[in-house]
Amino acid sequence: METLDQLKAGTRAIIREIDGDDGVSVRLLEMGLTEGEEIEVVGFAPFGDPIEFRVRGYRISLRANEARRLQVERVGP
Amino acid sequence: MTTSTPSLTGQKAPSPRTLTVALIGNPNTGKSTLFNALAGMHARVGNYPGVTVEKKIGRLRNGDTTLQLVDLPGTYSLAARSPDEMVSVEVLLGRQPEVGRLDAVACIVDASNLERNLFLVSQVLDVGLPTVLILNMSDVARQRGTTIDVPALSKRLGIPVVTTEAHRRIGIEEVRRAILEAAESGRSAAIPIFPRSFYEEVAELARDLRVVNSDAVPRYMVERLLLDPNGQIEKWLTPSQPAGFTERLGSARERLAKDGFRLPAAEARTRYAAIREIVSGVLTHSPQPATTLSDRIDRVLTHRVSGLLIFAGIMFLIFQSIYYWAEPFMRSIEAGEGLVKAGVEALIGPGALRSLVVDGVVAGVGGVLVFLPQIVFLFLFIAVLEDCGYMARAAFLMDRLMSRLGLSGKSFIPLMSSFACAIPGVMATRVIENRRDRMVTILVAPLMSCSARLPVYLLLIWAFVPAATYLGGWVSLQGLVLLAMSSVGALVAVPCAWLLKKTFFRGETPPFVMELPSYKLPSPRVVLHRAYDRGKAFVTRAGTLIFATSIVVWAAGYFPASHSEQDAVIRQIEAFPSVAQGDTARQAELEKLTERRNQLGSQLIEKSFLGHIGHAIEPAVRPLGWDWRIGVGAIASFPAREVIIATLGTIYSLGDEVDKTHNEGLISSLQNATDAEGKKVYSLPVALSIMVFFALCAQCAGTLMTIKRETNNWIWPVFTFVYMTSLAYVGALVTYQVARLFS
Repeated sequence: METLDQLKAGTRAIIREIDGDDGVSVRLLEMGLTEGEEIEVVGFAPFGDPIEFRVRGYRISLRANEARRLQVERVGP
Repeated sequence: MTTSTPSLTGQKAPSPRTLTVALIGNPNTGKSTLFNALAGMHARVGNYPGVTVEKKIGRLRNGDTTLQLVDLPGTYSLAARSPDEMVSVEVLLGRQPEVGRLDAVACIVDASNLERNLFLVSQVLDVGLPTVLILNMSDVARQRGTTIDVPALSKRLGIPVVTTEAHRRIGIEEVRRAILEAAESGRSAAIPIFPRSFYEEVAELARDLRVVNSDAVPRYMVERLLLDPNGQIEKWLTPSQPAGFTERLGSARERLAKDGFRLPAAEARTRYAAIREIVSGVLTHSPQPATTLSDRIDRVLTHRVSGLLIFAGIMFLIFQSIYYWAEPFMRSIEAGEGLVKAGVEALIGPGALRSLVVDGVVAGVGGVLVFLPQIVFLFLFIAVLEDCGYMARAAFLMDRLMSRLGLSGKSFIPLMSSFACAIPGVMATRVIENRRDRMVTILVAPLMSCSARLPVYLLLIWAFVPAATYLGGWVSLQGLVLLAMSSVGALVAVPCAWLLKKTFFRGETPPFVMELPSYKLPSPRVVLHRAYDRGKAFVTRAGTLIFATSIVVWAAGYFPASHSEQDAVIRQIEAFPSVAQGDTARQAELEKLTERRNQLGSQLIEKSFLGHIGHAIEPAVRPLGWDWRIGVGAIASFPAREVIIATLGTIYSLGDEVDKTHNEGLISSLQNATDAEGKKVYSLPVALSIMVFFALCAQCAGTLMTIKRETNNWIWPVFTFVYMTSLAYVGALVTYQVARLFS
């Protein structure tokens, strides 16, 4: 399985697991990044970090070290 | 019923009933817009005690009922992890004494992003208050092909649902009616969505909980206590509970985990699953093009080349506006101040009263109002950027850069604005949700070189830095010194921010999980209201403190010496008939009187409290290369840095009306000033030492009072003053001692 920060722009994936019980993972969950949801990489900020994603029909920005907490499974090619 | 005589002014008797309703919602839902549409411009704004959260309460009348509307800070969740986040929970539970018991809650959601917005609604419903759901931005949702079956949604949630377009003032009346009805009905609709074992554990925990401050812990708090490991409620309750409390809480969570309900993840999973069920069949999306207009705009604005160029352009525009466009307005405020002073001088004869009114009151009011143009300009821009959705992108673009300082992209605009003026910069830190990031940004913002430092630099550079040029006239030494002085604060801010993050504001890196809202056209009403609101907040809350400071400094410079001789001279000058051209004898006489007045002014300031303090601190400022006069100038400039120029003007017997930037008289006085032994007071090292001091010091009452207002605590302005003054002292000391070696 991959982590979310390893995906290229345009890739879609299903969230499988969120690591940790701290404030960061709680915030990710509250924002709707729950297991089984589809997430798409929209693009990267000019310096490569943070990363823009689409989830539950809205856009969210995560830093790479936050995206790393999400284990994902690619869908499609 | 009591009989009351109808009053002649048509005023009604005080209403017999007040209903209190809280307005809550995610950020970017148009919550403030709806609040303003409902409550108008007359909201009471303050701070909740002990926290930095702004308290905003509006009142609206409906017949003989008064509706008290409380605007809660925008939030994604009620899982509080800090005292600031706890405020919303306390207000909802009626435990906030300044708000009182709530009669209902109004939840505002972005209709175009319903699913995620319903997460907070689901948490709010568990509180058990009558609740109204407000679907805002229904127009945006429609444009994007989202249809919501409102009656079905209302039925499934068990609460009234109304749709609005708050920025166009559509549906406001319906919202008001729905809120009133809900508050009067008292009906709530909490549906238990968690497994039974969860509620059993809650009941057991509640039974064993020790009462806190003779106050039983409400059931909802016990639920949250169990749901939020290491949350604010746990931190707050633990000290008052018997030993073994944490262990019992832990084992309750362990039992639930064995049942497949592992916290904290289980809350989000359960709620989102329930939400999916609620919206299925209620929320339908018509097929959409793969990329929306907002996507295409986003691609350009976050592109690594075009995105950064546009960002730089926007920042340049903001900077221009606060630095240069605000200037004519500031000049007219100063001109107005001059007119009022002249008017007062015509009415009141020379003496303590005139001096109090002119140099204390009018100068103090002017000193507050003069900041307004910059504040209004900055907040006009910020409101436009926020309302159109660009603000989050600016933070997105700058985050990598700012994260090296331990801050986030959200600190960029407040810090950049502080290069023009730290007051709007500090006020702009409200966009930073994380308290530690916000505090560090506030504390280093005053180090940025603001426009008030410029006149001080220019005066001293013209007077003491040789007009040498290098590289065939392309680089001037004066320009280099100006650049160095303008950058020293920002350079020092880097280690300061890092150090503050490692000491006072240590803690886990806050999540930089940020919603990137869709782009939309900004609403002029929202933008104007925002700028008005910030300007008003500054004048009424920081302004009064700045004004008080000006009066105190005036008194210190006026008393205790007797002004009777100077007053007599001023009276003579004012009674002096206008001099005909060519009448050199009369002209000389007038000049002599003016000179005498200025001489007396110089003597008086030396004999004032300020002068005494200046003499007293002379040993301390000697190593900086300063004499007592510069010490007095530095102290007198506490209300604002540029005041040192007028003070030096007074000390060097030039009167206090010296031109702010390029005054030949003051420059030559400084160049020729000598001490008791006839040695020159000023030299290049002394000038550099003064400039470095002013680059790093906190001589700006406006900034300090704004910090007090924004942090809601006197500790932080005092801390800022102490740390910046120490930096300034050490910086000036090192500069002087090093520069002396070279000259």
